[in-house]
Amino acid sequence: MTPLSTSEEFRALRERVQAVGVEVIRPAAADVDRRSRFPEEAIAALRKERVLGAAIPKTLGGLGLSLEQVSALCTAIGQHCAASAMIFAMHSIQVACMARHGAESPFFRAYLTECAEKQLLIASVTSEVGVGGDMRSSIACVRREGPRAQVEKAASVVSYGEHADALLLTARRGPDAPANDQALVLLRKGEYTLTKTSSWDTLGMRGTCSPGFQIAAEFAATQILEVPFAAIASLTMVPYSHGVWSSAWLGIASDAVARARQFVRAEARKRPGVTPFGATRLAHAANLHQTMRMQIHDAVKEYEALSASAEGEAVLSSIGYAIKINNLKITSSTLVAQIVSECLTICGMAAYANESKFSMGRQLRDALGAALMIANDRINATNATLLLVHKDE
Amino acid sequence: MTTTEQIRSILQKHARLAVDASSLPEEADLYEAGMNSHASVALMLALEGAFDIEFPDRMLNRSVFQSIAAIRAAVEELSGGAS
Repeated sequence: MTPLSTSEEFRALRERVQAVGVEVIRPAAADVDRRSRFPEEAIAALRKERVLGAAIPKTLGGLGLSLEQVSALCTAIGQHCAASAMIFAMHSIQVACMARHGAESPFFRAYLTECAEKQLLIASVTSEVGVGGDMRSSIACVRREGPRAQVEKAASVVSYGEHADALLLTARRGPDAPANDQALVLLRKGEYTLTKTSSWDTLGMRGTCSPGFQIAAEFAATQILEVPFAAIASLTMVPYSHGVWSSAWLGIASDAVARARQFVRAEARKRPGVTPFGATRLAHAANLHQTMRMQIHDAVKEYEALSASAEGEAVLSSIGYAIKINNLKITSSTLVAQIVSECLTICGMAAYANESKFSMGRQLRDALGAALMIANDRINATNATLLLVHKDE
Repeated sequence: MTTTEQIRSILQKHARLAVDASSLPEEADLYEAGMNSHASVALMLALEGAFDIEFPDRMLNRSVFQSIAAIRAAVEELSGGAS
């Protein structure tokens, strides 16, 4: 995957996305949140900028952006609407998995080309009723009959499932496959039925529209990625996810810090020579923000370097890397909530009020979801087990 | 007990395979046989204890524990030769 040919080109794209954020995404964000509705304006605008093809290689008609560049766009969008940023992030993860692991498949190459051309939106079906948050375990299985296949799955959470053009779904490779022997399958609209099984009325991330669904699909066997899901997960899905989610959350944090900074500056101008109370707390919040930003930047850069070589890929499959990339998600999700909370305190009543220019209620509610998707306690427990053998040499 | 027999016995106890470890072919993929990452850590700890070895971080990846043959090669490397 080659990044945009010049960083000038990418800078221009990022500025356009930032403009879309200010002019289209932000004005709709409150309504998206209030009504828990899909941010159609945001997605339409991103489609117009061809950004849904961000992670598709240039050779297949996409923008061929690197993880670092996709992450930068997630942060830009996240400053205006966390739900829109998360949808863009989640979609990009699916695309990245297909691009990286479907490169040898004529079906997937053709499908990615179509995705880029029509700016299709892909949703993820990794969750499952009865499995808890363990993405590496499935109950549902693919049943093959010659060139065709079927699958039925009770997904507990599918973000923007009803608004997607396709689903990337995990299931056991066959009826006799153990729980962790999984395949990733691409299902196109028309090939599946979606029956809503729960509703999405949450504290935050309301526009991600993530209820549960019963999915039943009938499709061609060529739509099953041959690479085992275990490999897709460690080489792409997990690191890419933690990178883009963290970047979207960084957008929320950046927006909060910007408002807090504005507030403190306004107070300082009222009484020049007197340092406002909030200034010291802002210094602390800005420090947390810097920590968050640097960890994400470091992790994303490292991932890009590792995915570029066979030796690097071996590292991506190691326990040491799994621990590290898990830590990225845990830290980012913890910091975003802390940062927004501090910024709310800095702005005081001005932020506590819902219709002021310093309001941060939605941002705080959105930020609180980060630690729950997937639950940090689960990830920490995994790390604890891995640390029983990892020596950190 | 040979190294291989010891490995099979440890697999049986700790790897939570969907099949009987005593009859599993040496080249068979253990992950496809049902070993998940949690079980693989338990396996690693049991191997370290049984053979009095320590897997260095560079050996803590999927391929080292992929099969009975791969595990035996790793154990032999760390024990300084076959037993």
